[in-house]
Amino acid sequence: MDFTEEQIERYSRHIILPEVGGVGQIKIRQASCFIVGAGGLGAPAAMYLAAAGIGKLGIIDDDQVDLSNLQRQVIHHTKDVGVHKAESAKNKVNAMNPDVEVVTYHERLKAHNARELVAGYDYILDGTDNFATKFLINDLAVLTGTPMVHGGILRFSGQAMAIIPGKTACYRCVFNEAPPEGIVPTCQEAGVLGVLAGVIGTIQATEVLKMILGIGTPLTNRLLTYQALESDIREVRLKKNPKCPVCGDNPTITDLVDGEERACAL
Amino acid sequence: MAVTVRIPAPLRKLTDGQGDVTADGATVAQMVESLEKNHPGLKERLCDDSGSIRPFVNIYVNDEDIRFLKGPDTALNEGDSVSIVPAIAGG
Repeated sequence: MDFTEEQIERYSRHIILPEVGGVGQIKIRQASCFIVGAGGLGAPAAMYLAAAGIGKLGIIDDDQVDLSNLQRQVIHHTKDVGVHKAESAKNKVNAMNPDVEVVTYHERLKAHNARELVAGYDYILDGTDNFATKFLINDLAVLTGTPMVHGGILRFSGQAMAIIPGKTACYRCVFNEAPPEGIVPTCQEAGVLGVLAGVIGTIQATEVLKMILGIGTPLTNRLLTYQALESDIREVRLKKNPKCPVCGDNPTITDLVDGEERACAL
Repeated sequence: MAVTVRIPAPLRKLTDGQGDVTADGATVAQMVESLEKNHPGLKERLCDDSGSIRPFVNIYVNDEDIRFLKGPDTALNEGDSVSIVPAIAGG
């Protein structure tokens, strides 16, 4: 497991940190993360986890790069328009850091394939753009015991939280169920300031690295909210909900189910 | 009791763009009525037809989830800070 001289130089700014060191850098190399969505949140998260020297990244996205993505999905370049997003992301990661193994999946995360896809990954990073998949990822994390980091952005707001299944509040402990149709604007209607994706996506990547290294205080049992227009960062305290339908004392959700994919925020 | 309510960005079109508004009430339920009086339309976004807080809306009194306090009957004290935090699904 020794590092080459080139790797020692590449990761020297990590290794010099007493909280990381050579031992921590090995932990990063041994870790894997399954990133759902190579979009606004997934792009910066994948780039920073790759730069940090994570051993393996799984990137799932069934979409192709669209010109309207480039305002925030910084892993994709103009020449990539029309290319599969997962493939485009893999190309950038490979060019940036050949140490990282990247596995791409050109499909949608659904109830029927989710368990199989996530098997073997240490962490899940939620970079999706709809409630149905966010709830599916949460249930997947809880039912498989895989720690995950949630993120969401819309207009000038963002939020993030880390979840250690069985131990800390999950997404359903906080937001029970997806809003009904008609009550929320779609992402396309609402818009988003592109840089929000960078702020929240890199917070998510930071939380994954902290969990890998076992340092600091994880963003668990807290929902961090960021209001860009006011430069307002705050957090609300969360608790594991005993009545949570998936991680509570008497769960009613015991298997994965697909929800209707729509909606963006309240 | 006068409390300060933090309005999330998606609902600010109902508060003339204000992020913080003042409301009255001895409980969260009364506070919601007070919000509705000054900013019509807010209650419908926060509560369902039966008046219960919608499951995808979270209300915090001084950063504590009212679900773990007394829900809509949670008492408010003068100067309390109430936050409304919705789920955000964009990515």
